[in-house]
Amino acid sequence: MAATRIDCDIHPAVGGTRTTLLPYLDDHWKEQVVSRAIDGLDLNSYPPNMPLSGRADWRPKDGSKPGSDLAMVQRGAFDQLGASHAICNVVYGAQAVFDPYMAAGFCKAINDWIAAEWLDKDKRLRASIVVPIQAPDLALEEIERRASDNRFVSILVLSQGETLLGRRHYWPIYQLAEKYKLPLAIHAGSAYRTAPSSTGWASYRYEYYLSEAQAFQAQILSMIYEGVFGKFPKLKVVLMESGVSWLPAFMWRANKTWRGVRVEVPWVEREPASIIRENFRVTMQPFDAPPDATGVEDIIDQIGSEKMFLFASDYPHWQFDGDDPVPPNLPKSLVARMCADNPLETFPRLKLDA
Amino acid sequence: MSDIIDRPILEQEKTAATRLRIIDCDIHPSIHSHSDLNEFLPKRWQEHLKTYGSHLRTPYIGTTPYPRSSPLICRRDAWPPTGGPPGSDLAFMQKQHLDPLDVEFGILQVLDLFIFSQQNLEFGAAIQRAINDWQLAFWSHRDPRLKASILAGQDDTQLAIAEIDRCAKSGEYIQINVSPRANEPLGRRRYWPIYARAQELGLPIGIHVGGYGGHAPTGGGWPSYYCEEHQSNAHTVAASLTSLVLEGVPERFPKLKIVFIEGGFGWIPSTTWRMDQHFEKFRDEVPHLKRKPSEYVKEHFWFTTQPIDEPDDAKHLRSLIEWVGIDRLLFSSDYPHWDYDDARFAFKTPLTEPERKKIFNANARAVYKF
Repeated sequence: MAATRIDCDIHPAVGGTRTTLLPYLDDHWKEQVVSRAIDGLDLNSYPPNMPLSGRADWRPKDGSKPGSDLAMVQRGAFDQLGASHAICNVVYGAQAVFDPYMAAGFCKAINDWIAAEWLDKDKRLRASIVVPIQAPDLALEEIERRASDNRFVSILVLSQGETLLGRRHYWPIYQLAEKYKLPLAIHAGSAYRTAPSSTGWASYRYEYYLSEAQAFQAQILSMIYEGVFGKFPKLKVVLMESGVSWLPAFMWRANKTWRGVRVEVPWVEREPASIIRENFRVTMQPFDAPPDATGVEDIIDQIGSEKMFLFASDYPHWQFDGDDPVPPNLPKSLVARMCADNPLETFPRLKLDA
Repeated sequence: MSDIIDRPILEQEKTAATRLRIIDCDIHPSIHSHSDLNEFLPKRWQEHLKTYGSHLRTPYIGTTPYPRSSPLICRRDAWPPTGGPPGSDLAFMQKQHLDPLDVEFGILQVLDLFIFSQQNLEFGAAIQRAINDWQLAFWSHRDPRLKASILAGQDDTQLAIAEIDRCAKSGEYIQINVSPRANEPLGRRRYWPIYARAQELGLPIGIHVGGYGGHAPTGGGWPSYYCEEHQSNAHTVAASLTSLVLEGVPERFPKLKIVFIEGGFGWIPSTTWRMDQHFEKFRDEVPHLKRKPSEYVKEHFWFTTQPIDEPDDAKHLRSLIEWVGIDRLLFSSDYPHWDYDDARFAFKTPLTEPERKKIFNANARAVYKF
């Protein structure tokens, strides 16, 4: 068997609510999606035809969505990119639905679909649990429903949802996440509740995509300053498709701000950077690297923890060309860690022989 | 005010360290009281201020949505002995900051009354006009080291241009300040007439962080704490830089200079790397860009240094400075605010004498044509 190389972020695509998900919806939602024509829930963050949403050679010839065909995903993620295992993160509009019952119904269907049509068909695949975080109590039910299936290894939420993720109403989710050893995977994507930055709505997709980095930063600060890790010290949070190179300066600024203003949050007893190194992990595509090898070394050195990095291709998103998802110029020791040790440590349910 | 620290001027602060000779690009003067503005504000707007007050997109009349870490976010030793808020007494500012730090020029950044956040744009424009006059009368004319900026809120573009023209005639202002959080991102077309006029006049655009726009401080929503809001300033400047570059503002206005003030500079390298990293994939969407985003950043933008980053290892600060570029950095203190950077101690990494001269003086001298 090939070396262990766990791709922590690939994206199977839901074809549609009235097609792909229909067999997995309960009778109420089956009737509703047909009679009301509820469909078209691809997130505005990833229009399927946008180059970023699918690398040219990973697009099905029949024009269907990149990531929608299992055989093609297997060829890309495993044969071409050399993963031994891969974690499926379904980024679809269920997480952005306003109706909490609809959101719960759709999330349940997505999880049933990924289990039946992906996980059952390829033992190398794992998945994140898609949850209706709009209604935390319903999210808890969905987590409980999947908890006995070890092929579900994390809980997936969007980087830009209804409220910042540190807020207390989400804590029961983190309690359950800690209990079942499910890291919280925050993936790039917006429910479009608030503008992507304090300056307002971006004109371009490009501009919106860049602003995702700042949304992730806000989520980290929220979770730290609200005291999530004091309450749930074993909770791990994985930043997915967040970019990486912004981490050092962000951590310096967080430390400095905390030193100046920590009177406001006396329950945060350590520097934010040390909490980040302990509780946060980050997928390595995109890396948003400096142009030269020395710069890359510096960034890794500045982040200051080899434990944080997780191998990921972001398949079928177009983050790199060629067959190697590992960003150039990373130290060799780090590459070994990020492909196997770190994912295994981060996702404790990732039993490779499941 | 029991929170005031009655700190004597320290012995070593009394003598100017002439080696520095700094240009401080971010000094905050304060109005002593609203009545200071009366001589510059038409009767109608004086009455408006008294009756209706500031109409901001925030919940409270009398304070900010996130209570700050100190009264008026100021150093506790910066309250003038003569009364009034920090930054309101020129003599005390001279004694505490300008003289001991050997400030050659200081650029005034007025934040009072949330000038740029007024929902009534006509009232906002009247306040800006009054503040613009007040800066000269109360500060620049009394201490010629202190330089004023033309405050011009961009959401009423016509009023903004009229105010820019009125002020520019005097030849006394050194930059045009616009709102960091206007109704739309800074690069949007509706604001271009202001950039066109700035280019014509040869005045840099200054963007000082702060204030309240119509949007949550972060893309994830409203934070709970001031410490989150404070750091969100760095998110805001990254979004603003991105908007300006991607909308093609420097491409369309090739002589325009833009200065980000009080955003710090740690966020710049990764923001530009990220812009470049994804440029090819999105190029079709922004065909008006003729060059890689980083090239525009390297030519058109400058950044004031405060709040300076403090990595545990000084060599990391050094890498950061080199990544941003020595030529892009303008020293700023943020006097009299709590997170003030002291010119003598702020850079916790060695700089060569030529580098020091550039950051503390020569870069600003060139940008502002002192």
